[in-house]
Amino acid sequence: MEQIPLFSPLALTVGDLTRYLRQLLESDDVLRDVWVQGEVSNIARPSSGHIYFTLKDANAALKCVIWKTNALRLRLPLQNGMAVEAHGYISLYERDGAYQLYVDAARLAGEGLLYQEFMRLKARLEAEGLFDPERKRALPARPRRIGIATSPTGAALQDMLNTLRRRYPLAEVLLASCAVQGEEAPPQIVAALGALNRLGADVILLARGGGSLEDLWAFNDERVVRAVAASQAPVVTGVGHETDFTLSDFAADLRAPTPTGAAVLATPDRADLRAELERTLGLLDAALLDGLDLRRRALHEAAGQLEHNSPRWRISNDRQRLDALTERLQRNALHNLALRRVMTDSARSRLLALNPLSVLGRGFAVVTHHGAVVRSSAQLAPGDAVQVRLARGAFDARVEAMIPDEDIPTREVEDD
Amino acid sequence: MTEAKPVEDMNYEEAFAELEAIVAALENSQQALEESLALFERGQLLARRCAGLLDSAELRVQQVNMRLPGLPEEDAPEG
Repeated sequence: MEQIPLFSPLALTVGDLTRYLRQLLESDDVLRDVWVQGEVSNIARPSSGHIYFTLKDANAALKCVIWKTNALRLRLPLQNGMAVEAHGYISLYERDGAYQLYVDAARLAGEGLLYQEFMRLKARLEAEGLFDPERKRALPARPRRIGIATSPTGAALQDMLNTLRRRYPLAEVLLASCAVQGEEAPPQIVAALGALNRLGADVILLARGGGSLEDLWAFNDERVVRAVAASQAPVVTGVGHETDFTLSDFAADLRAPTPTGAAVLATPDRADLRAELERTLGLLDAALLDGLDLRRRALHEAAGQLEHNSPRWRISNDRQRLDALTERLQRNALHNLALRRVMTDSARSRLLALNPLSVLGRGFAVVTHHGAVVRSSAQLAPGDAVQVRLARGAFDARVEAMIPDEDIPTREVEDD
Repeated sequence: MTEAKPVEDMNYEEAFAELEAIVAALENSQQALEESLALFERGQLLARRCAGLLDSAELRVQQVNMRLPGLPEEDAPEG
């Protein structure tokens, strides 16, 4: 059991107090995420890779640390005397009992303002629709005239020309030189875009190499952004490095991370064109062969049709029909002849039947009186001389007496 | 297809565009045999022209004179 002390145990160890202060600092919302502006001094770069320096102004000083991992990513190379804005959190270095700013990013003093301006302009142009994805146009597959708007002296231009030479030397480059930083840059860039459009560039590369945010500022100028958006020819931007975005990038039809990247995006590769040409040549061959094949098949089919409709078939067909007809004709002719013969015979026999002389053959006789045929006894009187004709021979006779009708065997006699 | 610009006078884009048009025309097989043979031969010429251009082309760089913004024709590059 411990003895109860006389005085309350309020005395913290230095370590306890320091830890407490550190927690206090690290839990403060302002100190956890803060930008601090000042001048760099006492910069030290030990072999550990960390950077130590002091930020100071007229009234105060602040110890700063940049850990190696952050130091490597630092965009701004720090130097003594440089006015900067450093971002990070405040904490306490317990061994020295010193509070420090643990820096993770730094920018030139004044960039904060620029950034705000950038965001405001971006929001405004965005609201106007200048950055709408629907505005983006497709780049021509094989641009004939490639407009380049950049500084004539920068490495960016040589990078782009080398890339174009390697990939697509078929193109013609229209080079519109313009300043790409400083006051005069925005109007010159606008003029360059205008000239390239007037000259009928199929695509325009707007580019400059990397630099500080201030260096790239011309590409955030409202005049430039509007000219990019208004360009008739599609614009590919290649401004700064991978991580830099300017408002011109947002307005462009395509944004490349670098000038070289812009030249690549805007052109087909010669090797791809060769392959495409090979393919097309193959299609040409195939099209001709297919066409020939098609015709050959059509010809074959037509020949078949022709054969099918050949007059040879008709001739032999007709010949057959002719034979049949001839046969029928002959048959009919014979038939007719026979028929006629029968009919003639019958007519003759009928004629014979009607010959009065043949009637006489059956025993009848014709009596004439003064040349007229006697048909009724009423034409005669006893004593009349008549002539009687028989089937064979004739004689004269005289009427002896009239025989009354009732003594004659009955027979219908036609009276005409 | 507009007819018979000499192949040697054509740039890559023209030659390749006509080559593609010829392939499309041949694939439709609407023309007379003689015509399609002529098209095929022209297609081969065009392909040869394209290949030649690809192999021999040198990038031409034309400096745009920005001081005459109103007179673009003065800057118009020739062949």
